[in-house]
Amino acid sequence: METTLLSSAQVAGFVAAGYLRLDGIVPDELNEQAIDVLEAGIPRSPYGTPVAKAFPEGTFARRLIELPEVAGALHSLVGPDPTIDHHAVHIREPHNGHAQPLHADAIIDTRTDAFDVQLMYYPHEVTADMGGTLVVPGSHLRRVNESDTGRYQNLRGQTRLTCPAGTVMLLHHGIWHGGRRNDSDVRRYMFKIRFNPTVPQVRLWDTSDLGSPAVLEELGRRFPWYENATGRLEIHNRALMWRAMTADSSFDIDYWATRVTNRPGRAA
Amino acid sequence: MKQQVLVLYLATSALDAPVVGWSRYDGTGATRPTAGDGDEPPYETGVDALRDGWRLFQASQLIPPYPGHEYDTSFLKHEFFFEKLS
Repeated sequence: METTLLSSAQVAGFVAAGYLRLDGIVPDELNEQAIDVLEAGIPRSPYGTPVAKAFPEGTFARRLIELPEVAGALHSLVGPDPTIDHHAVHIREPHNGHAQPLHADAIIDTRTDAFDVQLMYYPHEVTADMGGTLVVPGSHLRRVNESDTGRYQNLRGQTRLTCPAGTVMLLHHGIWHGGRRNDSDVRRYMFKIRFNPTVPQVRLWDTSDLGSPAVLEELGRRFPWYENATGRLEIHNRALMWRAMTADSSFDIDYWATRVTNRPGRAA
Repeated sequence: MKQQVLVLYLATSALDAPVVGWSRYDGTGATRPTAGDGDEPPYETGVDALRDGWRLFQASQLIPPYPGHEYDTSFLKHEFFFEKLS
C-alpha cells in the first residue's frame, strides 16, 4: 500500500491545533459512491477490531483509508495496524433545529503519551449554511468530560467547517467539536472512524525536518480563544506531548517546561 | 418580564478584558442562539456589555489550582453572566 507520510511540521501542527485537514483529497469516483454506501450503512464490528477485519479488502471504507494521503497521515499519527474503535455515519437533516452541544467524544481521557485519532470524511461540498462541523482549534489537551462544555456556543477563532467534496479531517480524540445546525435544503453527510493505536506513537512520521524552525513555529501557535494565562499552559502541555512523541525529554518551547522543573541538587 | 442571558468569557479575570467566547440564551423566544452561530463576539470587552445595558449577575470566582494539577487546563476560567429583562 502506497503512503505519503506527514512531515514533522505537519505533525507539530496537529499537536498544536488538535486536527489536520486534507481538503478535497478523495477522488470523485469514491465521493460519487459515498452517499449510497453511507445510506445503506456500513456494518459495525466489535470495538478494537483490526482494520482488515472491520473493513475487508475492496470495501468503501477500506478504499478510503488506503488512499495514499489518508494512509500516510494515519500512519504518521496512530502508526501501523491501528484498530477500529468504532465508526458512524452522521447525517444532519435540512433545517434541523438544533446544533450539537460543543463536546469531546467518549469520556474524559487523560493520556499524555498516547491518543486516538478520529477521521471525518465529507463526501460532498459543505457550504456555510449546511452546518459543517464546529471545531475549536487547540482545545484537545483540555481535560473535560464529553458535553460538559455545552455551555460554550462560540469561541474566537473557532472553525465552522466549509470544504470541497472529498475532504478528510483527522482529529485528536480530545478536540472540542459539534455538528452545527443545518440551515440549508441539503442533507449533510459525514462518515467518522475512530482509530486506536497499537504501537507507541513515537516518531512515526517523516522526521527528516525534525529540527526545522517550522516545527517550533507550529508548536508555539496561540489561538484567539485562549485566555492569557491558560494559553501559556497550553504551550507547556504541547511541549510535554512533543517530548513523548519524539522521545526527547529535553525538548522545550520558550523554556516553559525547563524553568519550572529546574531544582539543582534535588532528587527528582 | 422575561430574561435574556449573555455569557461572556474573558481573556483575564478583569471585567474590562477582551472577550474570547460568548453564549446567549433568550427567554423571550424571539431568537434561537445555538452552538457555532457566529464568529464575531457581540462585545469586545465585558464592560462594553455593561455600557449597552446588560446587568452583571454572576462572575467566576478565582480558585487556586488543585495541588498536583497546576498545569492542567480545562474549562474557561473567566466567565461572566449578564441579563436583560424585557
